[in-house]
Amino acid sequence: MSTETPEVAQKLYATREPVFPKRVKGKFRQLKWWLMIFTLGVYYITPWIRWDRGPNMPDQAVLIDMAGRRFFMFWIEIWPHEFYFVAGLLIMAGLGLFLFTSALGRVWCGYACPQTVWVDLYVQVERWVEGDRNARIRLLNAKWDARKWRLRLTKWSAWLLIAVATGGAWVFYFADAPTLLVELLTGQAAFVAYAFIASLTATTFIFGGFMQEQICTYMCPWPRIQAAMMDEDTMTVSYRDWRGEPRAKLKESTADPSLGDCIDCNACVAVCPVGIDIREGQQLECITCALCIDACDEMMVKVGRPTGLIAYLTANDEPLERAGHPPRNLWKHLIRFRTIMYATLWAAVGVGLLVALFVRPDIEVNVSPIRNPVFVALSDGTIRNDYDLRILNKHGEERPFHITITSAATDADIGVQLQGIEGVIVLAPADDTYSQRVYLVAGPGDPAGSRNRTEVRIWIEDMTSGDRAFVDTIFNGKAP
Amino acid sequence: MARKPEKKKKVVETTGHEWDGITELNNPMPRWWLWTFYLTIIWGIGYVIAYPAWPLINGATPGLLGYSSRAEVAADIAAVNAENAPLNNRIVSLDLAAIAGDDEVGAYAVSAGGAVFRTFCIQCHGAGAAGVEGFYPNLRDDDWLWGGDIDAIYTTISHGIRADEDDDTRLSEMPVFGDDYLSHEEIDQAAQFVLSLSGRATDAALVAEGAVVFEDNCSSCHGEDGTGDISVGAPNLADALWLYGGDLETVTETITNSRGGVMPAWSTVGRLNEAQLRQVAVYVHELGGGE
Repeated sequence: MSTETPEVAQKLYATREPVFPKRVKGKFRQLKWWLMIFTLGVYYITPWIRWDRGPNMPDQAVLIDMAGRRFFMFWIEIWPHEFYFVAGLLIMAGLGLFLFTSALGRVWCGYACPQTVWVDLYVQVERWVEGDRNARIRLLNAKWDARKWRLRLTKWSAWLLIAVATGGAWVFYFADAPTLLVELLTGQAAFVAYAFIASLTATTFIFGGFMQEQICTYMCPWPRIQAAMMDEDTMTVSYRDWRGEPRAKLKESTADPSLGDCIDCNACVAVCPVGIDIREGQQLECITCALCIDACDEMMVKVGRPTGLIAYLTANDEPLERAGHPPRNLWKHLIRFRTIMYATLWAAVGVGLLVALFVRPDIEVNVSPIRNPVFVALSDGTIRNDYDLRILNKHGEERPFHITITSAATDADIGVQLQGIEGVIVLAPADDTYSQRVYLVAGPGDPAGSRNRTEVRIWIEDMTSGDRAFVDTIFNGKAP
Repeated sequence: MARKPEKKKKVVETTGHEWDGITELNNPMPRWWLWTFYLTIIWGIGYVIAYPAWPLINGATPGLLGYSSRAEVAADIAAVNAENAPLNNRIVSLDLAAIAGDDEVGAYAVSAGGAVFRTFCIQCHGAGAAGVEGFYPNLRDDDWLWGGDIDAIYTTISHGIRADEDDDTRLSEMPVFGDDYLSHEEIDQAAQFVLSLSGRATDAALVAEGAVVFEDNCSSCHGEDGTGDISVGAPNLADALWLYGGDLETVTETITNSRGGVMPAWSTVGRLNEAQLRQVAVYVHELGGGE
């Protein structure tokens, strides 16, 4: 620490450098337009799809019913105790991301991440209102006159409308969409609905309109995690500097064949939504949206040079291509041990979930033995155990269930009684859990009444379909 | 990135303290910090005026807003009571036997009764209502000293058992037979006879003599067949359940020294109101032993 070091105040944060992505045409841009239409379409339209499940059930195809604790997805209905399906889907999502990341790098960031899709939409709106890159840069530096105010306010209003629609669509997943829409418009919806719309509107507006690439660079942990999953065979957007350098303007470059293919037109920089120069190599800001590939290819075609100066490449390609080999086949990068492993695991979890989905029962039974007291002795010497039986009726109609018990202990003869009901048949309501206090009784002199534990199995039989389910529990007697 | 060199180098005053060449700078506080500090002072003054703050001998200064956490709790409780008032009124207006099956208040009565039970009853009868052998009866079984239908349970809870404070309390007294009434031999005979009622006698000769002793001294309350009488709280001696124990030694002790449990009268001690009495009666009746 010498005293000559100039005392420069270290700033606590870097001010954002505004980014003005230029309009670009090409196959990747085309793909991104279609993906945007698809993903936004799925998001906005899904809650409005109807699905007939019968008279007692909601008719919304995708519904997360928090109050009723049910998750509906087309023909699938998930109860809270079946939440492992959601866990399984999350595991599949994780493995899917591993697969795509090891094969194609940050392809999620570049094409499918909601942040990318909404920013893409916001930038397009900005382009419609304020013009392309140069016009927007001029506007930024212009004085705040009437025109600038008009353009800015128009843009912000459009952004805000999109934000409200985004936040608004979210709440429709959690309630009957048409009913909720009417309630929202008439001011009768629950406060939580408005609160969610407000907060998601705010995040969409701020993240999509003002923070944009800062979210990816500074806030999102996913890019950092992804770096650990990429290897030398991962395809990522790269600049063939061995072909492009030394770069020079078109005139010099045409005159001198020793110069590279890059004509230093800056097209790749102008279209970049995160404001970097891909020619400087791999950078953590790069979301691999591939728009620079489109921009560069367009220029190369114009000046009559081969395309692919910027392209999807892997780290392994560089030394080979420098040595003069032709570009390697795409499939050699994609199909290798890691990707096959991830794909296999992903498919295995998927198949497991599908099997679980098809074999899961329509009726289930649970029991909570009342263990305070463990048994009740009655005046005639009968020993009684109390149980809370829960019958899960996943059918969309009320059904009668017959309750019986069996026991592996052949000497015991334990009977069933129901609290408040004559007989052993209960009516379980549609798509609900029915609770019933059940008494198991061992008569005077029954061996089950005079030993500590007798294993019993409580059966329920759906009297409509004949399906049966059981639950094992213990009968406690009064040991001498 | 190249940084622009600062134009003016600030000279910062030091406090004059120096250790090993490290000097203590006397930088001013950041402005935002200073303003926050002043704001907390202003806010603190406002708080002292508005809320209870200065401790006095019997409490604290009340503050202009008149806030009190005790009053807040009282208001919360009053709000809950007001909310439940229609349910409680309906419970009071219904027949006792009709409460549990009522669509509107049945489930409420049972769970509210459970809350009352957990507050006032479990000290003796236990959280599972199974009682304690030798002291407090099990409320889940079908053996009731004073009756197990809903009206009898309600009466027992309201007026208690042998409760001095209630004139309508359930009252009976078993004589202390060991105190000059019966000789030791007669007590042994009676005890054998009592055991014989549930088929557990060990001496047939004593049983035959005990039958006479029982007839003369016990049957007025326990009945000639020993099945008891709920109108005087005399337990059934012919069944399998014994509150104080059914072995020969305990039965002998019971005849010799008498028994008699007590229970508070919950309506007169002013603890439970009519709705609560009914709720807890329904809860006990639903435990599995209600008749």
